[in-house]
Amino acid sequence: MKTRLIVFAFMAMLVIAASCQNDGQIEFNRFYSNGSVVYQAHCQNCHGAKGEGLQGLIPSLTDSIYLKNNKNTLACQLNSGLKGKITILNKEFEGEMPASKLSPLEIAQVLTYVTNSFGNKLGTINTDRVNTDLAKCK
Amino acid sequence: MKNTGYIIALILLGYGCKFNDSATKTLPIYGNKEPVTKTVDGKQVTDTVYQTIPAFKFVNQYGDTITEKSLNGKIYVADFFFTTCPTICPVMHRNMLPVYNEFKNNPDFRILSHSIDPKYDTVPVLKKYADKMGIAGNTWWLLHGNKDATYTIAKSYLVAVQEKNAQENYTHDGFFILIDKQKRIRGTYQGTDPAEVEKMTADIKILMAETDQKAAK
Ligand code: HEC
Repeated sequence: MKTRLIVFAFMAMLVIAASCQNDGQIEFNRFYSNGSVVYQAHCQNCHGAKGEGLQGLIPSLTDSIYLKNNKNTLACQLNSGLKGKITILNKEFEGEMPASKLSPLEIAQVLTYVTNSFGNKLGTINTDRVNTDLAKCK
Repeated sequence: MKNTGYIIALILLGYGCKFNDSATKTLPIYGNKEPVTKTVDGKQVTDTVYQTIPAFKFVNQYGDTITEKSLNGKIYVADFFFTTCPTICPVMHRNMLPVYNEFKNNPDFRILSHSIDPKYDTVPVLKKYADKMGIAGNTWWLLHGNKDATYTIAKSYLVAVQEKNAQENYTHDGFFILIDKQKRIRGTYQGTDPAEVEKMTADIKILMAETDQKAAK
């Protein structure tokens, strides 16, 4: 009897806690956790488990200012690849990132993960955003 | 009473020996081996002759010619990569970096990274890669050579890799191969796995402390 009451109270708490999260938070969590899987499969070998990059060869993903300033073009950078000089955390890079073969959904997931990990906090980048950005790629 | 003292001393001695035993740990020797019988001072002795890395000739990132003679008196680690490799090579060299940093001041240690894409990875391209990796001096050589030469040397390392892992392909599996001063294979490690590379670093220290390594010039 007593245990059933405890279990019930616990379930009720879970339900309340879940409904307290607004839709935005739920969307973020979904994109973020799927994004971490995409990151491990498609980015981690180059950019590292902690987004640390590799010396002067591959830039880190910890430059929040770069990510913020380029938020609208990150989808294009992944979709078409990136080549040429860029400055990340005051260090110059001139490498080449191959074009990824990710779908707009996966791009949205991995970008949500990257721009909210490694000390970054830029919020959700959802699939609509990515599709809009991809339509404007140069 | 007196006897107990002796017994304790004996036990301690026993432990002492065991202790010594682990302190003089040695690494296995991989590759084909064959017994060779010869006559020394009128007596027949049988020695085991181990496979060694054959003669080779490559060019490093500075444009210097590197042969097996450049590695006389050196313990070294070899791997295979190419500078534009999008898959495992960044992981391997991220893991190799601590090994480089650990031993870069040891004149008897080298790292040899053979490019398997000689067409693109010319000497200046290799130099640029080294600069970007932040490696300098002569500890870590990035080697250019024709494809046949690179694949021949890979095959001589491959023997050891196959003992562990018969099906897989050396160049794409990212193995690090440890070679001693007598040019024998002493270990193979999965270069994409940080734990295996840590084990390699520990093994290199064991190898450096082996008597016949210290003696070899
Ligand atoms: C083959 C290695 C490689 C892979 C795989 C890779 N990148 Fe990159 N990435 C690079 C390089 C090299 C650059 C710098 C390009 C330049 O210098 O112009 C870069 C640049 C970037 C940048 C902009 C610069 C910065 O550091 O913020 C972002 C963002 C980025 N990559 C994210 C990703 C994401 C997300 C993935 C996985 C979908 C990924 N990369 C996969 C090599 C890689």
